[in-house]
Amino acid sequence: MSSYITLSVWDLVLASTLVVVDAGLSIALQLGIHRSLIVSAVRMVVQLTLMGTVLTVLFSLVSPLWTSLAALGMVLFAGYEISQRQDRALSGFWTFGLGTSSMMAASTIVTSFALLTAVRPDPWYDPRYAIPLLGMILGNCMTGIALGLDTLTAGAVNRRAAIEARLMLGGTKLEAMQPVLREALRRGLMPVINSMSATGVVSLPGMMTGQILSGVPPVEAVKYQILIMFLIAGGTGLGTAAAVLGGTYRLTDGRDRLRLDRLASRMP
Amino acid sequence: MLKADELQVQGLDAVSFSLNGGECIAIRGPSGSGKSLLLRAIADLDPNEGRVFLDTAERGAMSGPLWRRQVGYVPADPGWWDDRVGDHFADWNAAIPLLTRLGLGAEAKDWPISRLSTGERMRFALVRALLVKPKVLLLDEPTAPLDAKLAGSFETLIAEELRKGLSVLWVTHDAAQAARVSSRCLVLDNGRVREMAPS
Repeated sequence: MSSYITLSVWDLVLASTLVVVDAGLSIALQLGIHRSLIVSAVRMVVQLTLMGTVLTVLFSLVSPLWTSLAALGMVLFAGYEISQRQDRALSGFWTFGLGTSSMMAASTIVTSFALLTAVRPDPWYDPRYAIPLLGMILGNCMTGIALGLDTLTAGAVNRRAAIEARLMLGGTKLEAMQPVLREALRRGLMPVINSMSATGVVSLPGMMTGQILSGVPPVEAVKYQILIMFLIAGGTGLGTAAAVLGGTYRLTDGRDRLRLDRLASRMP
Repeated sequence: MLKADELQVQGLDAVSFSLNGGECIAIRGPSGSGKSLLLRAIADLDPNEGRVFLDTAERGAMSGPLWRRQVGYVPADPGWWDDRVGDHFADWNAAIPLLTRLGLGAEAKDWPISRLSTGERMRFALVRALLVKPKVLLLDEPTAPLDAKLAGSFETLIAEELRKGLSVLWVTHDAAQAARVSSRCLVLDNGRVREMAPS
């Protein structure tokens, strides 16, 4: 790998003036978003600095236990984010439990697949590879599952009469839920499809840009990016399908009835 | 034909009654008394307790879809899962004679659901339910959105099906209609159910 240009703290301070300019625009145009702009910028700096410190420690330890614990923490945080993005969530432990378990299963399968086949670091759980791969898969999987579950629960509520019409005529729960289920899967996978279509033409992905800036030849960076996009598509597809099918199971019962009573009250 | 034994759903006292083959029972009661809840419980669309039999077979011994193919339900506001009328019928040609009886024609196949009146929706929903050939039909105020002539055609069609052996539970607010179409009447009031002769 060739050398890369290191950044000093002052380089970052200089770049941060752009956010200050944004805040100034907000004040001048009375947009009222300057406070949240500054707060989110400060949060981003603190979170990334902490993550940098954690990764430095993890990379020096190369421990399967600590790598697994870090991965578990990331999955649980993403599961919490999913439960916060539902307008009509499943009641009780189901929204957190379903989103988190679907994401954990999908991201574990896909990350392990990448580590054991394409990337093959030594040892295979080397956190320098495992944690960034997991992070990229989780971020996209989280969006897919959140969109899929939100579409499923909203669709079941809004199309209750249509679903029950099919049940009344002797249809099974899967036949009755099929239009809502398909719509939920489509919505969950749409961001990944859009992202794959636009990558390389409309946008240069952050990971590839980062690798190029750090001196990796563009062709090698592109190969990594293609691998990552496939992993993201696989992880998001598996996670969204698991969550949406699990949600359909929960919203119906063994007598093929629609069970909207298993939804929590609408969030304020 | 249909027998409910201590059927219980939230908001209603336990209900027991039996409906013979070819018989129609009217269900009456003030708005909010639980008439629709009772029909939904019989159709097994909501969680409920108690035992319901069709002939000698207990409901719990068969799947929900199989039960609902034999015990059809037409709610007061029927649902639609596709854009056009014809998409809701497995065999459109079989529907045409029944639709014609109710003042609708073969050309209705391509009508968009969004332009249907509530009366047209109810008539399509009834024919859709009859084509499944249920043994029992649960009707929730089916003639409320119809004018007197169409309501008469509707009653005549159901009377013919009753003579062929269909059994019907018919929710109505109209005492005269209850007397015309039914032999017995269940009255729901304050969560309680009592039986009386239709007046």
